Amino acid sequence: MRIKHHPILGEITEKKIVVIYVDGKKIEAIEGEPIAAALLAAGIRIFRKTIKTAEPRGLYCGIGQCNDCIMEVNGVSNVRTCVTLVEDGMVVKTQVGKGKGGDLDDKY
Amino acid sequence: MINIELLVIGGGPAGLSAGIAAGKCGVKTIVVDENPLPGGQLFKQIHKFFGSKEHKAGTRGYKIGEQLLNEVDQDGVEVYLNTRVWGIFDNNIVGILKDGKTQKVKAQKIILATGASENAIAFKGSTLPGIMTAGAAQTFINVHRVLPGKKILMIGTGNVGLITSYQLMQAGAEVVGVVEASQNVGGYDVHANKLRRAGIPIYLGHTVIEAKGDIEVDGAIIAPVDEKFKVDKSKSFLIDCDTICFAVGLTPRIELAQMVNAPIIYMSTLGGYLPIHDNRLKITEDIFIAGDISGVEEASTAMEEGSLAGVAVAMELGKLDKNKGVKEIEEIYKRLAKLRSGQFGSKRASAKEEIIKKQMEMKGGFK
Ligand SMILES: Cc1cc2nc3c(=O)[nH]c(=O)nc-3n(C[C@H](O)[C@H](O)[C@H](O)COP(=O)(O)OP(=O)(O)OC[C@H]3O[C@@H](n4cnc5c(N)ncnc54)[C@H](O)[C@@H]3O)c2cc1C
Repeated sequence: MRIKHHPILGEITEKKIVVIYVDGKKIEAIEGEPIAAALLAAGIRIFRKTIKTAEPRGLYCGIGQCNDCIMEVNGVSNVRTCVTLVEDGMVVKTQVGKGKGGDLDDKY
Repeated sequence: MINIELLVIGGGPAGLSAGIAAGKCGVKTIVVDENPLPGGQLFKQIHKFFGSKEHKAGTRGYKIGEQLLNEVDQDGVEVYLNTRVWGIFDNNIVGILKDGKTQKVKAQKIILATGASENAIAFKGSTLPGIMTAGAAQTFINVHRVLPGKKILMIGTGNVGLITSYQLMQAGAEVVGVVEASQNVGGYDVHANKLRRAGIPIYLGHTVIEAKGDIEVDGAIIAPVDEKFKVDKSKSFLIDCDTICFAVGLTPRIELAQMVNAPIIYMSTLGGYLPIHDNRLKITEDIFIAGDISGVEEASTAMEEGSLAGVAVAMELGKLDKNKGVKEIEEIYKRLAKLRSGQFGSKRASAKEEIIKKQMEMKGGFK
């Protein structure tokens, strides 16, 4: 749920709305917010399944330290969604285990 | 390879203050931080800070962050954001990851201002989605303006737990309770009383023993604990909630200090293992520390320590007159003494003294 009104921070300012695709489903997101914020706003809290026991995991530290919120983003696995910012048309997938997208290392 | 006089690792209150102090003396400085926004923990603090004027009391945390940023800018210090330090090697060569690429930085002096990370506790179900650190909740409500859930149970009554609970309420969530294993509230009474006035129950002498839910949290079982932290399961009960937050303390982020083989000491009052430093926050011949990495305290102490380390570096590089530097450091220590007084502060003060004493006893000085 988005916090539209806030007693100290005031109203939410005009932001550019874009769409991203989460497991094939289209959701609205704000350009430049972390992917995890868009997911929480859409009520999605399960981001991945662990490698051995397929247990669900979601947002945990929120500042890029713990790696619990990793997902497949635009075909790349292990992307920390709490510090990776939304771009229009992004394709985000629940990551199972190590994911299918290969690692960041393969890209750079 | 980038050559620089001073590299500051971490752009929280400590790192930015270090950059400002060194920059003012003309030390060529780069501050790096892994986040897209500098300011460290300050950016999620929307409450007014306590203390004295000189420590920016009455100013909201994120405003302090903005002020520090402006100052850094004016002093000609470069700030690299989205830049993570992944290693420190011989001859002060530092590996940084910037724009997806690894680069080397060679610095004459290095200040580690990496802050702290939040602690967790384990119980059945404690890894379920919907369970997160208080800092995560705070970041998402105050910076990204999204609620992590609707009904929130907080664990821990230190200032982080109390303040975050109140801020969750301000953001429109329902805080169903705050659970605290000890028999007393850990943080300041003013913060606890705000919650009490709002009718939020504080369960002293209780802990969470299980999180309910198959794929996401949908409840918590809590039970009383005695003074020896023994749980009485026969008196457990269920609390309806969809989110559980951990506010159970911070641990200094000392990995980079360990990488340079700095001697480490355990200090429970300061958050656990931390590098042994001298009275100028030096841990090895060319490396200094400041802020939560040198013991978990507060933003005000982190800023003072940052200035101290910045001044000490400027002196060593010959950019600041020795006598002037010594005077400045004396002034900083006077202000730190004020911050390290009172019920909580005095314990931190003696722990800090103990560390400095340990350093002086070490044979052979710095490596
Ligand atoms: C949730 C939470 C709430 C808090 N609330 C308050 C409060 O209200 N008032 C208060 O006084 N104190 C508060 N604190 C305590 C807080 O830790 C200190 O006040 C202060 O932020 C410490 O400053 P610092 O500069 O040492 O560390 P930080 O503010 O943590 O800054 C360290 C920075 O270094 C970066 N970093 C770490 N390692 C690397 C690396 N390898 N490469 C690049 N960058 C790196 C981090 O990402 C971070 O941005 C809070 C802490 C937490 C966790």
